[in-house]
Order: sequence, then structure tokens, then C-alpha cells
Amino acid sequence: MSRLLPLALLTSLVALPLALGSNPYLLNALITTGILTIAAMSLNLLLGFTGQLSLGHIAFFGIGAYVSALTSLGFDVEIGFGTRIVHEPWPAAVGFLLAILAAGACGYLIGRLSFRVRGAYFVIVTVSFAEVVRLVALNWVELTQGPLALTNIPVIALGAPGLGSWTLKTKLQNYYLVLAVGTLCYVIIARLVGSRFGRAMRGLKENESLALSVGINAARTLTVATVISAAMAGAAGSLYAHYLRIIDPDVFQFATTVTIVIMVVAGGKGTLMGPVVGGLIFGLLPVVLRPVMAPEAQWMIYGIVLIAILFVMPKGIVPGIAGLFARLRAARAVPVLEASPAVPR
Amino acid sequence: MSAILSVEQVGVRFGGLVAIADLHFDVREGEIVSLIGPNGAGKTTAFNVMTGFLKPSQGEVRFRGTGLTDLQPHEITRLGLARTFQRTSVFPDDTVFDNVMIGLHRQGAQSRRAPLLDALIGRAGASERRLRARAEALLDWVGLSERAGEKAGALAYGEQRLVGVALALATEPAMLLLDEPVSGMNASETQVFVSLIRQIRERGITVLLVEHDMPMVMEVSDRILVLNYGRLIAEGPPDRIRSDPAVIEAYLGQGKAARQAAAEVQEPAHA
Repeated sequence: MSRLLPLALLTSLVALPLALGSNPYLLNALITTGILTIAAMSLNLLLGFTGQLSLGHIAFFGIGAYVSALTSLGFDVEIGFGTRIVHEPWPAAVGFLLAILAAGACGYLIGRLSFRVRGAYFVIVTVSFAEVVRLVALNWVELTQGPLALTNIPVIALGAPGLGSWTLKTKLQNYYLVLAVGTLCYVIIARLVGSRFGRAMRGLKENESLALSVGINAARTLTVATVISAAMAGAAGSLYAHYLRIIDPDVFQFATTVTIVIMVVAGGKGTLMGPVVGGLIFGLLPVVLRPVMAPEAQWMIYGIVLIAILFVMPKGIVPGIAGLFARLRAARAVPVLEASPAVPR
Repeated sequence: MSAILSVEQVGVRFGGLVAIADLHFDVREGEIVSLIGPNGAGKTTAFNVMTGFLKPSQGEVRFRGTGLTDLQPHEITRLGLARTFQRTSVFPDDTVFDNVMIGLHRQGAQSRRAPLLDALIGRAGASERRLRARAEALLDWVGLSERAGEKAGALAYGEQRLVGVALALATEPAMLLLDEPVSGMNASETQVFVSLIRQIRERGITVLLVEHDMPMVMEVSDRILVLNYGRLIAEGPPDRIRSDPAVIEAYLGQGKAARQAAAEVQEPAHA
């Protein structure tokens, strides 16, 4: 059951473009939804499995986007004392890898801090971090073009020497790239959560003193979780940059972090499928609503749907439905165990 | 026998409040020692110092010759000094079985150089199976096999204590600190726990416990340490502690009723 459902979802996502035809509008919505869903999965690793809320998660996403874009565009920037750094453009695929490394390195810094500051203080640290990074992107015009945006970012080309290269130009190709990266992230998170490391994270979240007393290293566990989470967000950011081919400091918008948090919480934090389900619902809701109502009304519906979900299923959609199935199974089992007629509830 | 744990002139102050003053005692290998005293005497504070959750204001705790002052709780556990907790002794949202699996954290690390990588490429299967077998054996040992699939937070109080013991034993300690292990247990559960403590000692594990249940303490302990207002006021085998005037005063006060009560405790046949 828990393995079949993700596989069924993956199969239908693979087949989806065949059913839709190459409708560019829908494909575009699916790609951006997919990218945000990857970010949501990465946030879930922190929020859902270690209990730490990163409200600056978009910083890792944006860092990934900028690192990837700058690596593939090249830059020529003065860093003081008459020193100039000149970087010739590298392939976008290298940018993708560097984005993961850079975001992971930033995750390491934030993770080391999280060892000392927890809860509300961690939230403040992450929010501040995101704001600082946004201001750098906005004001270091020589490097980032500031509000003028980095434009003409090359698309990702996959290839191997001797085999030729494959440039991901079309939306369909990008769709499958995002799907592949998303699937990889899902598998990595699933493996981690089911491992000894995942148990250490759960232990720290549920009862930190007890976790320490059985020999779990809180600093190391939280740092590793933050690094992996940040690296995945960086990967999502890189996909975003090379898909849209233009980025400006608006990628660091706080609203995007909120959207990601909503996806995780509504879908069910601390579950593997939660952010995927939440991501698909809240990513595609605007697509469904756009033909029928004005944008202002859409946002209201967005809010109403969120409230309705959390009202009916406080732990999120996935745990809510799982609980419903468990209750149904129990209700079916009771009349078998007891000979007396079951009282309808 | 040599001392496995030495508490050397340890003092703990919270601002102006002296929680522990100049505490000094040894626990020898293979002993069952109890630390008793009225509420607020500093027993749990002493436990927290020994396991690294609190730093002492003065003095030092040594475990098998290693000073613990600069060590984190998880590092102390790795030296072989495990503990249980008074109130929250389980990971409430996990099953009893998964609780023990979390407790076996250190056992998963020893043979592997890159456990995280192993998990990612799915190579951890063999060591996982070994851990599962260990977890089953531990649950069987504390008598919770039938509860393995239940949420630990939903268990009865006494059973949660047993989970706590299984978790502590999962770290393969040389010494176990039990913080009020039988509080909230009924008489028969307490008896089961007493025999469990003895079995723990038979596995070669030294036991130090903090407990309020006097009959239980008198029954199980080789030696008793009595703490009052952060000071050690008496030390010795159960028989001597039972009749120690300083202990009786600490527990019962100095009034006329107290003296009568003390007399009854000491000579129950006359009552």
C-alpha cells in the first residue's frame, strides 16, 4: 500500500503528457508545480522529520537558482583591493551540481546554528538568512544585475562525451527532467527516513533528552538533515532558473516560502507523500480556478481550501486519509470479532 | 571491587539556590546502589550531572576514570553510562519496537564507516536485520514482546517504564541510572521490576537508582545513599539506614508525632 501509491502516482505522472497532448499552458503549470513540490519535499525533511521550521527555506532555493545561473552565464566582478574574479560560462549541468553544493554548504552553516538555537529562534535565524541573501541579490548589481534580473540563462543540456548532447529546450523535456529529479529526491528521502539516520531524526523530534541519552548526536543529525534539505532546495532552484531562463531577487519572496510551508502542512508533514499531495493540490489549484474566476477570488478559494483541509484533517491530507482507512478497517473487523450486531456509528 | 563511578565534591548552584553541595560518593562495579531523600533533596539534579544534562558548578564526576564534565550526554552514553527518565521514558509517537530500534542507534554505527551512504544505496539490509533481531530480544527480555506493535505513548505507565529500560539497555551500558523507575507502579508490577533490576545486575551492569518507594529500595539495594538539602547525610546498607536518626529526621521531621512514627517504623512488632 505505502509502496504502491507512490508508484501509481509516478506512473500516472509519466503518462500524463501523453493524455494531455502538448498543451504548453498545462505543462508549464505542471513544471512549476513540480519544482515547488521538490522544494516542499526538502522542507518536509526538516519540518516534518526533525520538527525544525525553516521559514527561510526559499533562501536555499534562490541560492541554487543564482549559483546555477551565474555558473552558466559567467561573470566578471570586482571584489575589492583591485581584484577581479572573471568566470567564463560553464555548462548548465555543472551549474546544477554547483547549485546543490552551494545550497548544501549554506545548509551546513544554518544547521550548525540550529544546534544552538531551536524552535522560534531557528525560525528567526532562517528568516533573517533569507532576507540577507535577498538583499545581496538585490544590491550586488555587478554580480546579479539586481532588479534588472539575470536573463538569457542557458537551458540544461545533458550529454556524455561521444554520445552527443541532448538540450532540454521543450516544455515536455523539462517536465520529465523535473519529474526525474523529484523522483530521485523522493527516493533519497524515503531511504533516509527508513534508515538508522531517520530513526535518529524521529527520536530527536519526539523526545530530545531521551534521544541524547541513547547516544544520538543532536548537532550532527540536525546538521546533516539541514544540509540534505538545503541541497534539494538548491536543486529545485537550479531547475527553476534554467527552465524560466530569467531570475531576479523576487525568487527570495517570503510568499514562496509560505506557499511551500502550506504545501507541506496541508499535505501532511512528516509523511513521505504529504508534500507531494499538498504540492500538487496547491500548485495546480490556480490552474483549475483560473478559467472560472478572477485572481482575487482565486486567492480567497486558496485560503478556504487550506482552512477546510486543516479543519477536517488537522494533521494534513495524507495522515487524515490514512487514519480514515485505518478506522474503516477497524470498523469492518469489529463485527467479525464480536458476534453481537455492530452498532452503526 | 573498584569504583566504576566517582562523584567527587560535586556542587550545583542555580543562582543563589544550592541544589547540591559538596556531594561525594563512589559506586563500585556490580553494585546496586540507591540514592534516596525527601522531595527536592537534589536526587534528580545529581542524576542530570552524572549524565551530562547539567554541568556542575564545582567538582567532577568520573566514570571508569574518565572525567565527564566536558562531555555531551550522547558522548557519556557512548562511554557506557545509560539512564532512564522519571516522566517521559519513551518516544511516544513510535511503536514500542521502533522505540527500541531508535535506542539501538549506537549499535548500528560500529561496523559501518558510512552508514548514511549505505542507507541511500540500500546496502544497510544486513545490519538492519541484525538490529531488528536485537530489538526483538530486548523486548522479550523486558517482557514487552506482545506490545511491540503498539504506540509507546499509548501504553500504561508501568509498561512505558519498561520501554525506557529496554531503550537504556539497548545502548549496552556498563552502568545504568534509573530515575524513580517504580513510581506509579502497583505492588506486583514493582515486584516484577525488582527482579528485573537483579537480572540487570546479573548481566554485569552496575545499577544506581533514585526511588521513593522505601520497601522496594530496602529490598533491592546493596547500599543506600541518603541526600537532604543537597548534602549526603547517611550512607550504608539498608539495615543501618533504616535506623539512622539523621535519616528519620530528614524524612519525618522532629516533632512528637514524628518521633512516634519513627518508633513504629523501627519496631513494628510493638505497634
